[in-house]
Amino acid sequence: MGYFRKKAIPVHKIASMTDWQPLWLSFRLAFVTTVILLAISLPLAYWLAYSRLRIKAIVEALISLPMVLPPSVLGFYLLIAFSPAHGPGRLLDRYFDIRLVFTFSGLVVASLFYSLPFMVSPLLSGFKSLPPALREASYTLGKSKTTTLVKILLPNIRPSLLTGVVLSFAHTIGEFGVVLMIGGNIPGQTRVASLAIFDEMESMNYSAANKYALVLFLLSFCILLVVYLANHYFSKPQPLS
Amino acid sequence: MIRFQANKNLLTSHGKLKLDVAFELGKGELLTLYGPSGAGKTTILRILSGLTDVISGQIIIDGETWLDTKQKINLPPQNRSVGFVFQDFALFPHLSVKGNLRYALPKGDDMKLMDELIQLMELGPLQDVRPAFLSGGQQQRVALARAILRKPRLLLLDEPLSALDDDMRHRLQDFIERIRHRFELTTVLVSHHMPEILRLSDKIIWLDKGKIKREGTPAALFSNSKTPDT
Repeated sequence: MGYFRKKAIPVHKIASMTDWQPLWLSFRLAFVTTVILLAISLPLAYWLAYSRLRIKAIVEALISLPMVLPPSVLGFYLLIAFSPAHGPGRLLDRYFDIRLVFTFSGLVVASLFYSLPFMVSPLLSGFKSLPPALREASYTLGKSKTTTLVKILLPNIRPSLLTGVVLSFAHTIGEFGVVLMIGGNIPGQTRVASLAIFDEMESMNYSAANKYALVLFLLSFCILLVVYLANHYFSKPQPLS
Repeated sequence: MIRFQANKNLLTSHGKLKLDVAFELGKGELLTLYGPSGAGKTTILRILSGLTDVISGQIIIDGETWLDTKQKINLPPQNRSVGFVFQDFALFPHLSVKGNLRYALPKGDDMKLMDELIQLMELGPLQDVRPAFLSGGQQQRVALARAILRKPRLLLLDEPLSALDDDMRHRLQDFIERIRHRFELTTVLVSHHMPEILRLSDKIIWLDKGKIKREGTPAALFSNSKTPDT
């Protein structure tokens, strides 16, 4: 009977609401997170690479925390912080009318914290691997720090940039614990693919779970394959410009 | 004219030492810094270019103060008119020979000098090639052209001709002579190559462990002494 009821819903609605929405939401979340992370991580990694301040060790440790902490720890503290009953969440709610718990915006903010080390670490390694003389030569040619960053440093850390972007994107798509705690698994708003797989499994709907799982599996493989192929290409110097 | 004075603690492969050097150099003159490794030669070039800080010091060039620790003046490298040929060339790997030179060309300058330098340095056929595919000598020629292209007030050369064969070395020595007279380039050279030093230098400073051991014109310095021990 359930099958017939489903047939009564127009096909495009089945496709958009039932099947593809969690995947679409995952990609949207990963895309938005990656773009914002890139903008935040570039100056952060640059500062960590070239600053002489001792405080940077503390900043580096804080950024790397999500790599070792269980996602539930981060999710728990973010849930407390975002809650309209507590400090930051109350401020956002009262003065800016922004609510981060159980919303897509909240997922984005949580993902930024969760995936930050996956963007910062490759960029930092890239900057550190460059000979200091490249930067110095550019400065002695009268070029500003910004010009040097854009025209000399960034083109020479292209593999690190690509690695950072792809790892952040893939890692955000694979989030589970944090998005479950912050997002609350609301269909159409915060129910991303990883949560949908869990849901379908719980409902013993293995066919649907398999669809999501297979798409994520293939996509993750393709993303990593592209990164490795691109890094092989970049690692070989090109004779001509 | 340059007035240079600097104090700095150095950590070298031979241990800690204190760099304490002062000299004056006339406009358009070429000074060679000579001495064993770890004597502080490259550090002096870096202090002149603003890449290395000092405990105390003063650099005045043609009446303009680049560094004066008492007055808390310390211009960044971008605001000092220097051309620096690094020991390891420091060419930008992602840019071609022409790209490296074009990057150095100040905004609004015409390409005439660049084309002239490409010809003089015999880099014509290599214009579109990236540095990784150049020999050591070719890379040095690009680095030299790139440093000169800005027409700097002070040219700093850290063993700029060490990777060249004798023929190319002689031709580039001629070229350095011509170009520094043409632009009245005051030059500080680090070199271990005695014939080169004798040929190019107006003045030599023989450094040892961060201090000036001897200084003077090539004739005065080497006529009555044995060859320095390096």
